[in-house]
Amino acid sequence: MTRSIFDKFQYYANLREDVARLDANPFNVVVEQVLSETEAIVNGRRTILAGTNNYLGLTFDPRCIAAGRKALEEEGTGTTGSRMANGTYAGHLALERELAEFFGLPASIVFSTGYIANLGILSTIPGASDAILLDADSHASIYDGCRLGNAEVIRFRHNDPADLDKRLRRLGDKAESALVVVEGIYSMIGDQAPLQEIVEVKRRHGAYLMVDEAHSLGVLGERGRGLVEQAGVEEDVDFIVGTFSKSLGAIGGFCVSRWQELEHARYAMRPYIFTASSSPSIIASTRVALSILREQGPELRKRLWDNAHRLYQGLKAFGFRMGPESSPVVAVTLGRSKDSALKVWHDLLDKGVYVNLVMPPASPTTECLLRCSLSAAHSAAQIDAVVDAFGALSGRILEN
Amino acid sequence: MKQYQEILDALYEVLKPFASEANQRLNEETQLVADLDIDSVRLLELLMEIEDHLDISIPLNRLPDINTVRDLAVSLQELSE
Repeated sequence: MTRSIFDKFQYYANLREDVARLDANPFNVVVEQVLSETEAIVNGRRTILAGTNNYLGLTFDPRCIAAGRKALEEEGTGTTGSRMANGTYAGHLALERELAEFFGLPASIVFSTGYIANLGILSTIPGASDAILLDADSHASIYDGCRLGNAEVIRFRHNDPADLDKRLRRLGDKAESALVVVEGIYSMIGDQAPLQEIVEVKRRHGAYLMVDEAHSLGVLGERGRGLVEQAGVEEDVDFIVGTFSKSLGAIGGFCVSRWQELEHARYAMRPYIFTASSSPSIIASTRVALSILREQGPELRKRLWDNAHRLYQGLKAFGFRMGPESSPVVAVTLGRSKDSALKVWHDLLDKGVYVNLVMPPASPTTECLLRCSLSAAHSAAQIDAVVDAFGALSGRILEN
Repeated sequence: MKQYQEILDALYEVLKPFASEANQRLNEETQLVADLDIDSVRLLELLMEIEDHLDISIPLNRLPDINTVRDLAVSLQELSE
């Protein structure tokens, strides 16, 4: 039989066949018309969006839209170049300054996406003689950043400071230049890193610490800086990475650091150099979203967390298997059967509720998840409608 | 430094349940994924158990080169040096 370059994709071909039996594909959902921050027409039906990571609900903020529109008209649709060549506009630098100021840190780099930010930092800062210790449940961008670089990469058990301690000990002298990587809020289950304990361990070994606040920027901390602020460990964290595509309602990524030396690494980062910079309109709307986060953050966060508690409690009451704590990411664990998971997801969509279907290997275990994410823009009535939709399927969810 | 045989014995011990489930006999040529039908998530969990057993961390960078029980044992022996 002839060997095809596509043979390796048979697993996905089978999955496509399974999905084809349904009239909606969880991995290719088409938002036919966006109605608001929280609603859209999907599959011809008005649907509540409960899986968009639009935590502060800023995607339709008129101030962000006005800023984006102005930049679009004045600076054009794109920069058509790398940050290192013609793609650094005044707005990119202003956003870097504003992020540094927001976090109270001296160094800041803006990247084209959050994924690229992790690729840039993790493939460049730790070199061949260094080690990276990453939480086992880290996002794919963290794993991919590690793969792109030359450092030795070691996983430690999820949210287990004792396991991290053991692995740093095994490194001996090398622990002093090791980079520990954790996330503020883990994207699949919505649980938080035990940051104070992790900081204690990294201090003991003299290692460096990076926290990915993709899902916690604007969501945690008195000023919305994330878990690092909430845990009171700002002086002990070396790098904070984040994204503009969640709380800030656009797309892009950043790294801020207490190390001014981060600036030296900027031009060594291939993912920073060899891609076009963010469009001016994106930078402009992000800058305004950041200023809204600074000014109205507490009010938005209260609405977001009220919604999170309402959904978590509502779903918990059905006896579903869920994450350990209420969070803007609320996940219901299903079983191992992908077929059953697909059907439950589809029936939720049929009831006008969109959530994310997560299957292994994207889920942290061998089981499937229905992952919801909340927004400050959701109304209590929308949350109740999501709870009702899950409730109507509770028997099937529980038997999964 | 741990002896190769000592590592191999420890591996056989940890892999025994998988071999029995897959109805396979364990030897140095046994392929971890193909013969023992261990999926990628389970394989990573299993490696953590082995790491604890031998007090060694296996860098992820090494995994692409590990297919058989022998590959894993050799890698572990090198790491224990």
